[in-house]
Amino acid sequence: MNDLQDLYQQVIIDHNHNPRNFKEIEQASHVAKGHNPLCGDKIDIYIIIKDNLITDVGFTGSGCAISKASSSLMTEALIGKSIDEADHLFEKVHDMLTKGKADIEGIGKLAVLSGVHKFPARVKCAILPWRTLKNALENKDQIAVTE
Amino acid sequence: MSKLDVNKIRSDFPVFQDQSLVYLDSAATTQKPHQVIDAISEFYSHSYANVHRGIYNLSFKATEAYHGARLKAQKFINAKDWQSIIFTGGTTESINLVAHSWGRKNLNMGDEILITEMEHHSNIVPWQLIAEDRGAILKYIPINQDGTLDLSDLGTLLSDKTKLVSIIHQSNVFGTINPIQEIINKAKKVGAITLIDAAQSAPHDTLDVQDMDCDFLALSGHKMLGPTGIGILYGKLDIIEGMEPFMGGGDMINSVTMSKSTWNDAPYKFEAGTPNIAQAVGFGAAIDYLDQLGMQNVSEYLQDLKLYALIQLKAIEGIKVYGHTKNKSSSVISFNLQDVHPHDLAQFLDQDNIAVRAGHHCAQPVMDKLGISSTIRASLYIYNTKADIDKLCDSLVKTAKFFRGL
Ligand SMILES: Cc1ncc(COP(=O)(O)O)c(C=O)c1O
Repeated sequence: MNDLQDLYQQVIIDHNHNPRNFKEIEQASHVAKGHNPLCGDKIDIYIIIKDNLITDVGFTGSGCAISKASSSLMTEALIGKSIDEADHLFEKVHDMLTKGKADIEGIGKLAVLSGVHKFPARVKCAILPWRTLKNALENKDQIAVTE
Repeated sequence: MSKLDVNKIRSDFPVFQDQSLVYLDSAATTQKPHQVIDAISEFYSHSYANVHRGIYNLSFKATEAYHGARLKAQKFINAKDWQSIIFTGGTTESINLVAHSWGRKNLNMGDEILITEMEHHSNIVPWQLIAEDRGAILKYIPINQDGTLDLSDLGTLLSDKTKLVSIIHQSNVFGTINPIQEIINKAKKVGAITLIDAAQSAPHDTLDVQDMDCDFLALSGHKMLGPTGIGILYGKLDIIEGMEPFMGGGDMINSVTMSKSTWNDAPYKFEAGTPNIAQAVGFGAAIDYLDQLGMQNVSEYLQDLKLYALIQLKAIEGIKVYGHTKNKSSSVISFNLQDVHPHDLAQFLDQDNIAVRAGHHCAQPVMDKLGISSTIRASLYIYNTKADIDKLCDSLVKTAKFFRGL
């Protein structure tokens, strides 16, 4: 196994094939759009927040396996979390992707994304859904971009 | 039998000392033969000084070398006058020069500029800017799904309101070779000025501006074996002589007083400041290299290689090749592979030391029209071989298996 196949391991391929929560949520309370100008990838994120708890998250759009898997894993991780916890998770994932920290506590399945750090050109792909999430939580209107 | 000795060509390029490298991104920029690298190094080592200024011998030598490169460029596109060859930083700057120096003076409220939906961003954005500035209207010749231009409405798109028609000669996405002669001829009938973006055609085919009878033509040195930072704008002499300067500064003036300046003649009027002297010399060496091979031979070799590549690629399961249908086409091939996003695919190809481009290729309107966000682009040049194509195909098949098989 080399670094690349290591990165595109089962989990990423699986989430790419079978993205979880790949859906538009019409009654979403928070939405945001993301765009990677480098490759043209686009993502929409929909969140339902009730009593400060994320009860549902969905995403739609087109993207590479890394960005799709990152989105899919993100939606799984978010459901049931408070806004504070979601913010916290964003910081952890951001550190993992940009600084290559792998042994991060409480990150669960998202750890499969740690290998992205070795491919600088792809860090943007993995981060896009998270940037978009941040905008959605902050109710920002502008499109999240990777640069 | 090809008239190009590809083994000899490959041995001229230091980068291919790494035998495993499969470089398929020449539409973005080509690799450089040692003849070009050496010419630049020689020039800096033995003939370097500023141009048009010194009385001393070195400055004279540098000026000669710089002028020599201009004459080579003149011959390369068969321009009538050397004064028609303006050195620029590349195609982008050339087009911006026309938009600025010609457009500001000649475009007025309600005038129309006609381009196509196939353009590179560098032949869209400058026109949007000047149109906004002058109250002019930007119109587009549409493209068909197969990557060709839809010329059925050309008769109505062109009218006496059309002041300028600017067209990409060969598509940097699909390789489509556009029927520019037909468009130039029709544009002339309504009295429009014509500009040809030859960034992709100059490396592939013989260009003859007198034969085409276009008013402007833009190209980049780095896409035809030359260094970065150098390109040309060809402009018919009577037109550029009537144009205002692009940038102001040294070299482009006749006299400067505190209140007013007068301009130098073309082409110097458009070359403010110390130019990219060594880059021009390197560009001259690149033209020599291509001349020696013969553009006709280059063209034939690339057509053969393209046909081979199309056959091999189309045999791969789940591949979709864009364009390359009824029109003539160059060796620029865009495709997608089912189940594998272009970005992922490029990453896996890189692992096998195969360099391709993944993305929108600076042509977002084209992508929008086809309803795709990106493609993989393999673009071939004189140092590529059938073995390169085979390696590409093997790697594509392997990657498809990896993504589909799990
Ligand atoms: C068709 C076309 N036009 C214009 C350009 C811009 O050339 P440059 O970046 O050298 O100015 C390119 C290169 O990317 C191109 O392919």
